[in-house]
Amino acid sequence: MSLLRFCEWLASTPGSIALHESLYVYLIVSTVHVVTLTLFVGTAVMLDLRLLGVTLRSVPVSEVAGRLWPWTAMGFLVMIVSGALLFYANPPPRYQNIFFRAKMLLLVLAGINALVFHRTVYRNVTEWDLDPVPPGRARAAGGLALLFWAATIVSGRMIAYDWFDCSKQPQPKIVNVLAGCVTDTR
Amino acid sequence: MALMSLLPFFEWCENSDLIVAMRESLWLFPMIESVHLMGLALVGGAVLMVDLRLLGFGLRRQPVAQVAKEAQPWLLASLGVMLPSGFLLFMASAVKCFYLPAFWVKMASLSVALVFTFVVRRHLAMAPEGSVNPLRAKAVALVSLSLWSSVAIAGRLVGFP
Repeated sequence: MSLLRFCEWLASTPGSIALHESLYVYLIVSTVHVVTLTLFVGTAVMLDLRLLGVTLRSVPVSEVAGRLWPWTAMGFLVMIVSGALLFYANPPPRYQNIFFRAKMLLLVLAGINALVFHRTVYRNVTEWDLDPVPPGRARAAGGLALLFWAATIVSGRMIAYDWFDCSKQPQPKIVNVLAGCVTDTR
Repeated sequence: MALMSLLPFFEWCENSDLIVAMRESLWLFPMIESVHLMGLALVGGAVLMVDLRLLGFGLRRQPVAQVAKEAQPWLLASLGVMLPSGFLLFMASAVKCFYLPAFWVKMASLSVALVFTFVVRRHLAMAPEGSVNPLRAKAVALVSLSLWSSVAIAGRLVGFP
């Protein structure tokens, strides 16, 4: 089964229809998703700024990371659940939205960046824990993370704009390819 | 009602040359909205760091005053992003805002939140370590969190079509 078929099937489930047709539940979920930015990205950004050496310079990096991590993780959990519900309310249009696709890609990139950071330079954090300005590779991870979160926010906001929807033809070929639009190919 | 006398200002905002010129661009408003959301994330980080600390979470090994001092420039920077971007977004649909209760709730809670944060909370955070009743610190943090949450939630409702 293709992903598009899966999304179409998902859209036909009672939960998806109910969510799609509800006004208040959808509004509450989208509000939760936006407001949780403060908890998730807000706490993540503080750690990234510490990695860049521009805030909390006298606090050990591992202290900042350790104390903020539970809050970032909690925010992430709320983001994933509310985000999944927003997707569940409109599966095929979201799946074929180029901004949604860009956002998913950016989330993967942000995840890889965090993973690489933890597996490499953060392993020896004891060596640079107290440095006011951490080593280059840690700064690079912090800076990249800030870029990825900013781009994720932009693409997330753009999902609401339907300029490139598959239903709005004609579109440039590149848009149809990137959005996975099924166009008539006779 | 006194508010009614403000309506001409709201109408002027929406039809100002600046906004009319900005409407020509397809990308400009979505980009301003995105910048406003990035500011939201940063405001969140800067506010939460201090409130969590006052509640006894987050950077609890550092003195409250240090955490507050470190958070302050980021709070100011984020407000420096939020206020101008928010004002542009407001101008673009000022008349709609005028008739939206959520908009007035947002403006009222924003005003209170700003005063509370920069006067009450700051005063408490800068007090010498140990001189503040922990219960009072927690109450201040909870008030701050409620105020800023209501700004954010009402803001989301303003944006809803």
